[in-house]
Amino acid sequence: MAKHLRVFRHSPEHRKKGTMRRRLPEWFVLLLPAFIIMAAVVLIPLVFSLYSSFTPYKLTRPSTLWRWIGTANYEKILTDVKFWAAFGRTILFLTIALNLELLFGLLIALMVNKVTLGQRTIRTILMFPMMFSPILVGFQFKFIFNDNIGLANNALQALGISDAAMPWLVDGKLAMFSIIFAEVWMSTSVFAVLILAGLFAIPRDPLEAAKVDGCTAWQTFRHITLPFLMPFIFIAMTIRSLDVARAYDIVQIMTGGGPAGRTELIWTLMSRTGYVDARMGLANAMGYVSILLSIAFTVYFFKKLSAARSELGFGDKI
Amino acid sequence: MNRNQTHRSRRWILKSLHLLGLFLIMAVICIPGLWIVLNSFRPTVEIMAKPPVWTPTFTLDHYRAMFGGAGEGGVPVFQYFRNSLIVSVASTVIAILIGMGGGYAFARYRFRFKNGYFVGLMLFRAVPGVALSLPLFIVFALVGLIDTHIGLILVYVAMNVPFTIWLTDGFFRQIPKEFHEAAEIDGCTRWQAFWKVEFPVARSGVAAAAIFAFLTSWNEFALASQLTRSVGSKTMPVGLLDFTAEFTINWGGMCALAVLMILPALILTFLVQKHLIAGLTFGGVKG
Repeated sequence: MAKHLRVFRHSPEHRKKGTMRRRLPEWFVLLLPAFIIMAAVVLIPLVFSLYSSFTPYKLTRPSTLWRWIGTANYEKILTDVKFWAAFGRTILFLTIALNLELLFGLLIALMVNKVTLGQRTIRTILMFPMMFSPILVGFQFKFIFNDNIGLANNALQALGISDAAMPWLVDGKLAMFSIIFAEVWMSTSVFAVLILAGLFAIPRDPLEAAKVDGCTAWQTFRHITLPFLMPFIFIAMTIRSLDVARAYDIVQIMTGGGPAGRTELIWTLMSRTGYVDARMGLANAMGYVSILLSIAFTVYFFKKLSAARSELGFGDKI
Repeated sequence: MNRNQTHRSRRWILKSLHLLGLFLIMAVICIPGLWIVLNSFRPTVEIMAKPPVWTPTFTLDHYRAMFGGAGEGGVPVFQYFRNSLIVSVASTVIAILIGMGGGYAFARYRFRFKNGYFVGLMLFRAVPGVALSLPLFIVFALVGLIDTHIGLILVYVAMNVPFTIWLTDGFFRQIPKEFHEAAEIDGCTRWQAFWKVEFPVARSGVAAAAIFAFLTSWNEFALASQLTRSVGSKTMPVGLLDFTAEFTINWGGMCALAVLMILPALILTFLVQKHLIAGLTFGGVKG
C-alpha cells in the first residue's frame, strides 16, 4: 500500500500540476501530432464526402457541388437492387472468408504446435502470405485461375481429372469461389501465427491436471485450450477487421466485379460509380455505408477482445 | 497384445494424417508464390503454350526487359522501386515517431475521454481505403498534393499511426513506472529516462509496429492508384498495372516485378520475425 502511494505522488500528472500549470498537459502535446495528421488526412476528407453525399456532385461538372439535394442519394442507393445485392454479397463474402480463415488458422496452429522437428522453418513459411500485397495476390490468382494458361486448369487436365477447361473466373459461382480462395490464402496466416503464439503461451499445469483427471483430448481442447486462445483469436479478428476492405484490391484485379456483376462487392461498386461514372456524390453515399460496415466489424471485435481480456485477467493486472 | 496393436496402428495413422495435413498446407501456401517466381524465369512463349510445357526453360529475358528501362513496352521499374522505397520508409519513420508519442501518452497519463480518443483513432483506421480515396482525391487536388511523394507519405502516416499507438501502448503499459523514476532519481532527465530505460524494453513492440507500417505502405494499392499519376510518384503496386493492356497481360514481366516487390518485404520480415510475433501478441493481448 505504501509503495502504491509513493508511485502516485511521483507520477507525472501529479507533479506537473505544481510546476507547469500554464503549459498544455503533456499527454496532449504527445498526442497532438497524431490528432493533427488524422484530422488532416482522414477527418477533413470525410466531412467533405459527407457533404458531397447530399449533392449530385459529378467530377465532370464541378458546379453541381453546390446544389443541395438532401438525402436523395441515400434514397437512391437504398432502393437500388444492385446496391443491396452487392451489400449482401459483401456480408456473405466476409462471413465465409473470416470463418474459413479462423477455422484453417486454428487447424494449422494446432498441427504446427505438435511438430517437433523444423518448427521454426514451418513458422517462417507460414508468415509468407502476410508479406504479399493484396493486389499481388489478386494477380497471382488471376494467373493461376486463368482458364486457358492457368496452373489450376493445366494441373487438372494433366492429372486427367477434368477434360474441359474450368471457367474459374468466368462462371459466376466459380468466380466467387476463386476470390474467396484468394482472400483466405492471403489472410489465414495472420490467424495461424497469432493462435500459434497463444498456444506457446498456454500454462502447462491445467493441461497436465486435465490429463491426470482423465479428460479426453476433445474435452481438454474445448474447456482449457480454446478459452485461453480466445483473446488471441480476437486480436487476429480485430487486426483483420481493420482492413476488411483490402479484399477490394483482390476482387478489382481478379474479376473487376464481373462476370455480369456476380462478384460485385460494395467496394468495387463504389469505385466504379465514383471513378468510371464520375458520380462522386452517389459514390460517397455508398462510401458511408461501407464505412459504417467496417466500423461495425471493428467495434464488435474490439468489444469481444476487451471482454476476453478481462475474463483472463489481463485487463488491469498488468 | 491385440489391443496394443490396434492402439499402435491408430497412432501410426494419426501421425501420418498429421504429416499429410502439414504437407498439404505447406504446398497450398508455397505453390502460388513459387509459381510466380518460376514463371518470371520462363519465356513468354512457354507461359502461353497450349498444351502446357511442364519442363521449364530458363531465361532472364523478363528481368532484362524490366531493368532495361523504358524500351518497347518497358516499365520504369527503377523509378517505381525508388518511389515505393521513399514513400514507405519515410511514412514508417514518421508514423513510428508520432505513434510512439501517442502510445506513451495513452499508457502513462490519465485524462478525460481517454477511451473515447483511443476508440476514435482506431475507427479512423477502419475507414476503407476505397471510400477514403474518393474525397481525398478531390481534397488533394485542391491543395496540389496529387502525384507527389509528400501526399502519399501523409496518407500512409495517417493509416499507420493508430495501429502503432495500439501496439506501443500495450508495451509501455507493462513497464513499471518505477523504472523511469529510478532513472530520474539517478539524474536522468525525463527524456533521457525514456530513451535509456523505457524505449529498450518496448523495442519488440516498436519493431512489430514498424514492420506492419512498412508492409502496409509498401503494399497499399487502393489509395495509391488514385493519388499517383506519373512515373514520378507511382509506387510498385500501381506499377503492376502497367503490364496489363486492354485484352492481354504480360504475365512474365508481371511475375518479374512481383518478385522484385516481395524480396524487400521478405528480407525485412525475416530479420525481425521474432519481434513481430512477440510484439503483436503482447501489445494486443496484455495491452
